[in-house]
Amino acid sequence: MLTLMVKLDETSLPGVGMRYDFDGRFGKRVGVITHRDGRRELFVSRRDDPDACAHSITLDEAEAEVVADLLGGSTVTRRVGRAMQDIEGLAMDWLPLEPGSPFADHALGDSQMRTRTGTSVVAVMRGGGAVPAPGPEFVLRSGDTVVVVGTPEGVRQAARLLSAGG
Amino acid sequence: MPLGQLFLELGAVILALSLVGRAAGRLGITPIPLYLMAGIGLGAFMHLGRAPEEFIHIGAEIGAVLLLFLLGLEYTGEELSDNLRANRQLGALDLALNFTPGVLAGALLGLPPMAWVLLGGVTYLTSSGVASKILSDLGRLGNRETPTVLAVCVLEDIVMAAYLPVVAALLIGGTLLAVGVNLAVALAAFGITFFLATRYGPQLSRVMNVDSDEALLLGVLGLVLLVAGAADLLKVSAAIGAFLVGIALSGEVAERARRRMEPLRDLFAAVFFLFFGLQLDLAAVPGVLLPATLLAVLTCLTKFVVGWVGAGRAGVQLRGRIRAGATLMPRGEFSILIAGLGAALTPVLGPLAAVYVLLTALIGPVLARFDEPLARWLGPWLERRSGRESPAG
Repeated sequence: MLTLMVKLDETSLPGVGMRYDFDGRFGKRVGVITHRDGRRELFVSRRDDPDACAHSITLDEAEAEVVADLLGGSTVTRRVGRAMQDIEGLAMDWLPLEPGSPFADHALGDSQMRTRTGTSVVAVMRGGGAVPAPGPEFVLRSGDTVVVVGTPEGVRQAARLLSAGG
Repeated sequence: MPLGQLFLELGAVILALSLVGRAAGRLGITPIPLYLMAGIGLGAFMHLGRAPEEFIHIGAEIGAVLLLFLLGLEYTGEELSDNLRANRQLGALDLALNFTPGVLAGALLGLPPMAWVLLGGVTYLTSSGVASKILSDLGRLGNRETPTVLAVCVLEDIVMAAYLPVVAALLIGGTLLAVGVNLAVALAAFGITFFLATRYGPQLSRVMNVDSDEALLLGVLGLVLLVAGAADLLKVSAAIGAFLVGIALSGEVAERARRRMEPLRDLFAAVFFLFFGLQLDLAAVPGVLLPATLLAVLTCLTKFVVGWVGAGRAGVQLRGRIRAGATLMPRGEFSILIAGLGAALTPVLGPLAAVYVLLTALIGPVLARFDEPLARWLGPWLERRSGRESPAG
């Protein structure tokens, strides 16, 4: 469950429609072209030539809606996703605490997360429940999911910190 | 002429066009140059009666109007002004590199000066129709160089919209004063209509957008012909009037009108190219082969430079820059339209433009397909050169 901010580029294609694309986490550019007649074209770039499309799939309006629904999972997650994107420069991530983490069975304060990464731990998910706003004395267990908020870079640092101690 | 014979002749001609169009589809090229060839062939081997010729002539004029109208529908006024602002420099480079060779070729071939100006227009205009067909056929709409290619096409269409009225005024000729007055009237009419079209486009679009598809088709066609006729009477060129109506219509009505009128456009545009071919003299073709080939090769290179520089500025890498350059090479319908204006000036211009368009329409799409081998062969050389000339690329 990752809700890191995605930087979406918006380009007008005169005579065609609009193009929205972003550099995906896995090294490929991913995007959607909305044609003016309502068709949607989903494309992904080539690895050896990032300017070109490797594949593109054209969907009519109804098909596009189905795919959007499938990707969104449910209306709720889609709404959450949108709310996150509305806050410029802010990222949120759910970071699992693996058994090998140096901070398992340590107090949260030991990680010095805020000082080292500028991010805040807003909650810890444990056993189906959530502990909101845990204090520095709160002891982390392996299997916890730590919810952090900060800049996209800070959240990435926090993920590294939790898994390998920085 | 009895009706039966008229239908027989028209039917035979249109059927011949369809066969030629199928051949073009097989070859994967635009049918435009083949329609021209069909026209040349028909003119040489077959003598149509007066009635079908008259029909073809009027049909051709309607075809020119519809070509420009549908082109105008492609773009909204906003897209035009945004592009004009953002890509001015690239547009200026394009104009300098691709208008000049035509003018020089006209001078070298000893054509009358007015024909130089027309030949400049012929070599300048990339066929936006062929370019966008390459982009969608090869699934390249999502490519990073694509906005650059489309931007160049849009800018050229804006330049053409100003160029056609000027040429129309120059072609009427007369004393310097008369030309000046004609030019002023043409540009003023163009300016006012362009302003009205961008300003009141949404209102017009609402009024024209009726529920019934038939009423929409008839309403839009009637409006286009009315404005085209008025523009022609003001010596602005009928086609530009139609182009401006296309710009003014936007949103839903534009989309519906496009779907309804494209078949009409295809029919009458085919007639237009046929008519152009019919007027050409087969005997003049061998004489223009060499100059047309040289001009085609030269201006394919100059177009390539435009695409290369533009895509480079957008941060695109080697292969994308090659694709952008190659996609811009083909010239098409509007080059023919411009050459058609000069039919009375010199018999050379028509055949020259026909062969020229055929060559560029073959070279461009083929090269656009082979960006990978091209990048392998030309890449190191191209990057070295452009690195030396301008570090920013």
